[in-house]
Amino acid sequence: MSALLHVDNISKRFGGFVALDGIDLEVQPGERLGLIGPNGSGKSTLVNCICGTVQNETGTINFDGRVIDGLAAHQRTHRGLARSFQLPRPFHSMNLADNLRIPLLYTVHARLGPLRSVGDLDSRCHELLDMVGLAKKAKQMPRDLTQVEMRKLELARAMAAEPKLLIADESMAGLSHSEIDDILTLLVRLNERGITVILIEHIMSAVMSFSQRLAVLVSGKKVADGKPEDVVRDEQVVRAYLGQ
Amino acid sequence: MNALKFSTLAIGVGLLVLAFAHWLHLDYFYFAGYTILQFIVLATAWNILGGYCGYVNFGSAAFFALGAYSSVFMHKLYPLPVPVLIVIGAVVSGVVGFGMGYLTLRLRGAFFAIATLALAVVLQTLVVNWDFVGGSRGAYIIRPETLEFAGFEINYIEYLFVLMLLLAVIALTTARTIERSQLGFGFATIRDDELAAEASGVPTLRLKLIATTLSGAFMGMAGAPFPYYIGYLQPASTFGLEYAVNSIAMPMIGGTTSWVGPLVGAILLGSAQQYATVTISSAVNLLIVGLMLVAFVIIAPNGLVGLVQERLRARRRP
Amino acid sequence: MDISADLLINAIVAGLLLGGFYAAVTAGVSISFGMLDIVNIAHPAFIILGSYIAYFININYGIDPIVVSIIVLPAFYALGALIYQVYYQSFERRGQESLRGLAFFFGLLFITEVSLILVFGVDYRYVEAAYIGPSIHIGLIDMPLRMLVPCLVALALFGALQLFVTRTFLGRAILAVSQDQLALQLMAADPIRIKRIAFGISIATASVAGALLIIIQPVEPSVGRDYIGRIFAICVLGGLGSMPGALIAAMLLGVVESLTSTFYGPSWSPAVAFGFLLLTLAFRPAGLLGR
Repeated sequence: MSALLHVDNISKRFGGFVALDGIDLEVQPGERLGLIGPNGSGKSTLVNCICGTVQNETGTINFDGRVIDGLAAHQRTHRGLARSFQLPRPFHSMNLADNLRIPLLYTVHARLGPLRSVGDLDSRCHELLDMVGLAKKAKQMPRDLTQVEMRKLELARAMAAEPKLLIADESMAGLSHSEIDDILTLLVRLNERGITVILIEHIMSAVMSFSQRLAVLVSGKKVADGKPEDVVRDEQVVRAYLGQ
Repeated sequence: MNALKFSTLAIGVGLLVLAFAHWLHLDYFYFAGYTILQFIVLATAWNILGGYCGYVNFGSAAFFALGAYSSVFMHKLYPLPVPVLIVIGAVVSGVVGFGMGYLTLRLRGAFFAIATLALAVVLQTLVVNWDFVGGSRGAYIIRPETLEFAGFEINYIEYLFVLMLLLAVIALTTARTIERSQLGFGFATIRDDELAAEASGVPTLRLKLIATTLSGAFMGMAGAPFPYYIGYLQPASTFGLEYAVNSIAMPMIGGTTSWVGPLVGAILLGSAQQYATVTISSAVNLLIVGLMLVAFVIIAPNGLVGLVQERLRARRRP
Repeated sequence: MDISADLLINAIVAGLLLGGFYAAVTAGVSISFGMLDIVNIAHPAFIILGSYIAYFININYGIDPIVVSIIVLPAFYALGALIYQVYYQSFERRGQESLRGLAFFFGLLFITEVSLILVFGVDYRYVEAAYIGPSIHIGLIDMPLRMLVPCLVALALFGALQLFVTRTFLGRAILAVSQDQLALQLMAADPIRIKRIAFGISIATASVAGALLIIIQPVEPSVGRDYIGRIFAICVLGGLGSMPGALIAAMLLGVVESLTSTFYGPSWSPAVAFGFLLLTLAFRPAGLLGR
């Protein structure tokens, strides 16, 4: 079975700072991959390179059997790659329902053709908001949301693009236990429907229960990649998290 | 209300204005009215790129002047009716807008803004050095007194007024249609958060190029009849301060989020300036516009329309 | 075209002298745009303001224009600090610096230019000083002092700024704030205060640049607009935030402009900078020595 996502020797520098140093990563279709690492280890940069927000300097990225280097971010989204932003970036001049309408119009329609009527769009927006528990706030503006609610909106907006691979970048920060469980259940449900998920998180309990495989980034390098229970016992990983 | 109904309504309003002008029987009204209508087009054009997409164009004067100078060029080569010149002006300015956008829109908005500022200087330099269109001495275009149309003889200035009225209707209808369409929706995401827009699948570069081309084209259209209106075209004033600041001040003071803002801004500021230029000097007049721009940008970022909307929203909340 | 060695060498030398001056003009924007990420397109207006102040005091009190500019330096610094404070409160804090911030600076540019027209009129103004007029002759080379002196002062200013940014604590804090504001905050330095100081310095350089400008050429209010293209072309070509890069770019621009002016006529020089800017943006947006 060929990998859905194949990241091959990716490097990225910002001025003198090396954010990513020769990262290799593979994600199989239908897999649940957890990605962890200390702050500043390069997790978000890796996501940015995969999704095209930032251009990697070396290496190639293969998605769904094709090379996607050089493609603009929106083209990668059209191909089935979606992500949520670590710091939420809602469209602040529109209400929540309209925020979700954008990926529906520009990604789903672009892929499938304008099959859906306006009514269908509305109900789909509502359905997505309901999945993350924001259905009651459909007509509200992003500025009226709490930080936690904005993260949920981010996730909903990524889901709206009907991706093959969803990258959830720290969507659970600040959520309560039950809310974390809700999001995990949601992500597992999406995964059962065939969506591959990369979960980037600091909340270890969530990562451990969710991931089939765990990869660890430290200072721009991948130091571990394997079964979660093996990885957490790996010496390098323990050192990176607990310091020396 | 769809585009057709809106444009019909707008033409209706325009005809009323025309009838009023006829009744007034004052040539001055046509002159002043033409200027205000021209500013409606310029402000609306600027707003398509600036207000809807969030990309500031400081070189409105350049696109306007391109339209004007392509008319001068054609006039010396082969005289054509003004509506054709308007189309030519639109094409020339639209192409330049596209070209400049293609070179700079992949970078940050700030670079685009700076490039537009520099463009105005460069075009002025080109025109000043090009003797065929008059160079720094300027170009004279003798406006005919009347025009033959369907057996009637129309006062030429009234003819120009009607043309500009039509252009204003077209510009406003286009802006309003865009605003309510998927395109306008996409523009708003570019303004709100371009990175998130790209991640959601919005082809931002393509949309920005559409906006730049449309905006440039409309400005060129506004400029094309100008040589006939003014009779004597001179680089220093055509490329000058008046157009640069008004194209920005009118939409920003009126309100950038909808088509109403540039209309309101152009009518209010345009009329005020027509009055002020007669009573106080034109330099003081421009100074006041500049001060108002800065004041509004700081205090009322959504312009007059924004203020009204806030009032309405406040009243709606219990 | 008959290109004599004499003409060519003098054009190049004049270009280098001009380039030195351009470096001083750009130094301020190198700080505000390159390091603070503030698109202050009103910078040329402040330079022209500096020119007019130098002119006014020079004509009425006979003081050397460069000395005048140093005397009014604190006033310009205060002006810069004030403007930054307004900019920060109104735009940066609300995250709206792109559209509104640009419109704000454009408004300032415009207001300054029109105010100068109202006060001084549109006639060209020039200053009087001992070194305006005579030239030095070295072999084939003719160096008018009115270009040499500003170039030397400009290079001194540029050198001083470069030392400040790399050697002093405050200067390095400014460099730090341009790269990582959060880290700076964690080091218990107030990034807003540092940015305010940096912007103040940026505007203060305009005072000196203005005096140098009016020594080199007569000035009238709209001259500032010619410089917008030049300044940003140099900043971008040199690489944002790299002051040595800006110096090289400034020299390059000066020489190309001078050659264009000598062989094709002076009315083409404003277009040269724009050509540079477009080419750089299209092909190498990071500049020659960019980060």
